[in-house]
Amino acid sequence: MAEQLTKEDIRKEANIVYKKTEVLTDNVLHYCPGCGHGTIHRIIAEVIEEMDIQSETIGIAPVGCSVLAYNYFDLDMHEAAHGRAPAVATGIKRLLPNKYVFTYQGDGDLAAIGTAETIHACNRGENITIIFVNNGIYGMTGGQMAPTTLEGMKSSTTPYGRNIKQMGNPLKMTELVAQLPGTYFVTRQAVHTPAYVRKAKKAIKKAIQYQEREKGLSFVEVVSNCNSGWKMTPVQANKWMEENMFPFYPLGDIKVPEDK
Amino acid sequence: MAKAVGDIVVDIERCKGCEICLEACPQDVITMSKKVNSKGYRYATVADEGCTGCANCAIVCPDGVITVYRVKKAG
Amino acid sequence: MKRELRLMKGNEAVAEAAIRAGCDGYFGYPITPQSEVMEYITAEKPEERTGMVVLQAESEVASINMLYGGAGAGKKVMTSSSSPGISLMQEGISYIAGAELPCLIVNVVRGGPGLGTIQPSQADYFQSTKGGGHGDYKLITLAPASVQEMADHATLGFKLAFKYRNPVMIQSDGAIGQMMEKVELDEQEERLTDDQIKEQYPWATLGKTPDRERNIITSLELDPAKQEQINLKLQKKYREIEKNEVLSEEIECDDAEYLLVAFGTSSRICQKVVKMARDEGIKLGLLRPITLYPFPVKEVARLAGQVKGILSVEMNAGQMVEDIRLAVNGKIPVEYFGRFGGIIPSSTEVLEALKQKIIGG
Repeated sequence: MAEQLTKEDIRKEANIVYKKTEVLTDNVLHYCPGCGHGTIHRIIAEVIEEMDIQSETIGIAPVGCSVLAYNYFDLDMHEAAHGRAPAVATGIKRLLPNKYVFTYQGDGDLAAIGTAETIHACNRGENITIIFVNNGIYGMTGGQMAPTTLEGMKSSTTPYGRNIKQMGNPLKMTELVAQLPGTYFVTRQAVHTPAYVRKAKKAIKKAIQYQEREKGLSFVEVVSNCNSGWKMTPVQANKWMEENMFPFYPLGDIKVPEDK
Repeated sequence: MAKAVGDIVVDIERCKGCEICLEACPQDVITMSKKVNSKGYRYATVADEGCTGCANCAIVCPDGVITVYRVKKAG
Repeated sequence: MKRELRLMKGNEAVAEAAIRAGCDGYFGYPITPQSEVMEYITAEKPEERTGMVVLQAESEVASINMLYGGAGAGKKVMTSSSSPGISLMQEGISYIAGAELPCLIVNVVRGGPGLGTIQPSQADYFQSTKGGGHGDYKLITLAPASVQEMADHATLGFKLAFKYRNPVMIQSDGAIGQMMEKVELDEQEERLTDDQIKEQYPWATLGKTPDRERNIITSLELDPAKQEQINLKLQKKYREIEKNEVLSEEIECDDAEYLLVAFGTSSRICQKVVKMARDEGIKLGLLRPITLYPFPVKEVARLAGQVKGILSVEMNAGQMVEDIRLAVNGKIPVEYFGRFGGIIPSSTEVLEALKQKIIGG
């Protein structure tokens, strides 16, 4: 055997250990460089591929940066008005109870304008999965304050930092919904390093698989970056996220099924 | 002992040069290109040697532009 | 077809007829004077009767978005509410119209503005017929004038909604919703299976199977040139609806010299006014629009060539009168008489108004 394998030897179909899943389309993502949305899309798609449920899954896209999420999933997808994804998902799941239904929502969508729809879908125990991407800012509209913006954090509508007295407190929606009897599995994850991506993917897989148990809603928050909104490079943004977001939004499972 | 030899192929036109893969590479074999793609981004490139095909770069790539190859080599 | 005879409230009749039309899902929120719709449906145990889903949502905002999801899956879905609740639904209705999905919305109108009153009104005419929410869209708007029509319009509403992939509004009012009359009901229609939906509505989001491309339900298109095309397509559809779906009733119009135009509850008062006027020797007719959108433009225009003047009788501050004037196009005098705030005009005052504003004027 030759001492050195050439690149041609290595780059053979049979040697592929990782490639983009077929459940994602070939459309180029419109997200900014380094944005976590792409990674989160990909692991959801990988889970659906692994579970072999492409033909049984319907996704709901929100309003916000991921408004065009339906361009990237090779799935039947449904748009929702701002904040209304859990209601749209409820309508679909109630009428198609044997399908897998997930919503994909940002912090403004889920924790501000859609608070009522989120809380009540959780409280009714709809058998759906909510993927909640929290980057503490309104990315799409140009970096305004979100319900999850940290105290002191600058945004285009809090240019001197979020003042709690004036603007109120950042909202820990995930801890809140974990209190509700209708939620079955509630967890907070991240996707900025390979280890965290692997963990987040496992959590999303469980969250989708649990729909089969019909025991209630599974809720996965992913704390993510917004390097454009935060005005940092992607690598700096991930570091800032570890230092500032994770202490306030600690990672890990918040509610796990008792009947594991 | 079996040792893995790997390689990656980057879809250059879809790479946005975010450099997150550089941070994730345990072998430090990914660098950014000197050239830019048609969108004006520098793109990830891999050194001729040293890649083990661990796929960490692909796993964190937000744009899913990395395909990973791996060959187990008898040592 | 064999039809079953029952004595029912308008709100109950629309609910029963919807179940019989094979409705798949009802999502709603209580509000007076239409709460009997959901109360009736839940009491009927539709999940046992037909497998229909019924859910009390946390708000009208949520209800209409549940409809949006269900409609996207190709299901026959409906909601009902009254004016303030319908205002809350406008966002969702605009999305449903933009995404071209079928659904049935019942508005048992009460007086406004604001919390207004719980008494009957027709003050939501503009909201129903001119769009209501943002963007250029139209709702097919049916105006029942009896308990029988509450039932018939549920069946017709679903039919039109699916024919045109467009939301349909039944614009009733507190009087029609609450009063009891005899009603003949259609036989139970089978609900469609998912396989039938897939076959009949290939756009439905039932899950992307390998035999087709993915289905995307959306109202969003950021490219202005494409968005304009989408709007043109919608407008083309509305012109089709205007051509094909106008419904109206003409009472004593053949020899009429004067004309009343009224819909819903006020049209019932006007029927009596026609009789009273004719007893006095005034040749009065009544045109009752059954579809408010599409409006019976041709019918009004034709009668404008025959009569000397038109009085629009409405339970609002004068809304339909604008559509009548557009149809008449200045040929003859068109005036309005109405009461609002939940008051139903009396036949005597309508006749008096006709004499003062049209005959004497």
